[in-house]
Amino acid sequence: MNKVNRKVIRTEDLNFWQKLYIPEIIKGMKITIKQMFLPKFTRQYPEEKWNPPASFRGRPVLVEENGKERCVACGLCSRVCPALAIEVQASETELSKERYPVKFEINMLRCIFCGLCEEACPEEAIVMSKEYELTFFSQEEAIFGKDKLLMPKETLKDRLEFLRQYR
Amino acid sequence: MDILISFIKIVVYLGILLFTVAYLVLVERRVSAFIQNRIGPNRVGYKGLLQPVADILKLMIKEDIVPKLAYKPLHRLAPIISIVVALSTFAVVPFGDKIVLFGKEIKLQIASVNVGILYILALTSLGVYGIALAGWASNNKYSLLGGLRSSAQIISYELSMGLSIIGVILIAGTLELDKIVEAQSGWRWFIFLQPVGFITFFVSVFAETNRLPFDLPEAEPELVGGYHTEYTGLKFGLFFLAEYANMITASAVVTTLYLGGWQFPYINTFGIPDFWVSVIQILTFISKVLIVIMFMIVIRWTVPRFRYDQLMNLGWKWMLPLSLANVIVTALVIYLVE
Ligand code: SF4
Ligand code: SF4
Repeated sequence: MNKVNRKVIRTEDLNFWQKLYIPEIIKGMKITIKQMFLPKFTRQYPEEKWNPPASFRGRPVLVEENGKERCVACGLCSRVCPALAIEVQASETELSKERYPVKFEINMLRCIFCGLCEEACPEEAIVMSKEYELTFFSQEEAIFGKDKLLMPKETLKDRLEFLRQYR
Repeated sequence: MDILISFIKIVVYLGILLFTVAYLVLVERRVSAFIQNRIGPNRVGYKGLLQPVADILKLMIKEDIVPKLAYKPLHRLAPIISIVVALSTFAVVPFGDKIVLFGKEIKLQIASVNVGILYILALTSLGVYGIALAGWASNNKYSLLGGLRSSAQIISYELSMGLSIIGVILIAGTLELDKIVEAQSGWRWFIFLQPVGFITFFVSVFAETNRLPFDLPEAEPELVGGYHTEYTGLKFGLFFLAEYANMITASAVVTTLYLGGWQFPYINTFGIPDFWVSVIQILTFISKVLIVIMFMIVIRWTVPRFRYDQLMNLGWKWMLPLSLANVIVTALVIYLVE
């Protein structure tokens, strides 16, 4: 049987009044009662929303520039995604970028908000937005197509600036 | 006619008690939230005032789960014992003196039992059966531990509770609660005559009602839920109700025994009509009880839970000798004064 060192080392012993407990309890109650009148930290959520900082990783979205997505359908994001949440189908276009995704879907039930797609993208076409309210009534609803993913560049300004600065 | 009056009194009492219990839960949640710099439930109704209704509705529509290997009769009986004891203890507590309504003198107490204090002591110790049986019948080790702890705790603290009451009885010279209140007219409240007795009694009350710092029977971090781990729905609700009803009763008893009950010092000398004197007395009683309850709530959110050995140490090595000494000193003083 291994020996347990049962010797308690106390640098300071309680004095008589502390051992009596009651004065200490009253002291404690003073603190708790004081706390009751301090300002509260609660945010009244649905009415009062949180505005996340630029470094926040919300749901990934596609950057929309001049009414078109920036994405060139290279498939890198879909390749890097650890949760296999992205599906891209490429096609040709008359624009200078020559390729575009006909189908771009992110399954939001699979996405883990890691931000790897954003890091992998050579065109800065997919970025993490500030949106954190994701609820669905069915699994089908959770698969976001291009209609839900496209977001105008202006609304993503914060994040794009952040990426330029820190990447 | 007397039966009818008693009946009305019972209904009114029960109504007030259940209503207060429901709102006490809300008050506790709000106060605890405020102490922790939160806001607490404020959604249902104006500022959350309908929250208790929502809680009760929720408890009622929940599925009633009984563990397969539970001993069903006792599993069912346990919450009933708890609630019956909690509610019936209240019967002997005097709310006020007498009130004259429709030309009839009504005593503001359901039952003026001539051994009122003994009745309270007896019933509160019956309450432990509810908890112990719930723990045993659930067939769950955590419940059982909770039940065992509860019985050990209540046995240890009942002694000092009874002994501290003896001091009061010695001074008042009666076991009837309304007489005890009458003995505390003016500022002769027993808290001033019996400070040590008050402290031992109050601490024991915390232990008897399973409130923090002595809530070992349901210590969440150790015992899951304690004795009510295996209870759901309304049965759980009954335990919850019993706990808070116990708390109200305990505060009422503390008020009656030590804080002068419904006595408002020297109110009879102010020259107010009798009816309003009675009303003020009732309000005095209610506000005193509320202060005690608030005190209990704030204590709960201030003091951490005792360890089991600390609890037993405190009970047997401190509370018991202290209350014994209190009895002896009180008796001596009374003997010398007379
Ligand atoms: S954030 Fe991560 S998990 Fe979500 S789509 Fe991008 S790479 Fe996949
Ligand atoms: S990595 Fe960028 S450009 Fe390539 S498919 Fe994904 S979003 Fe489009």
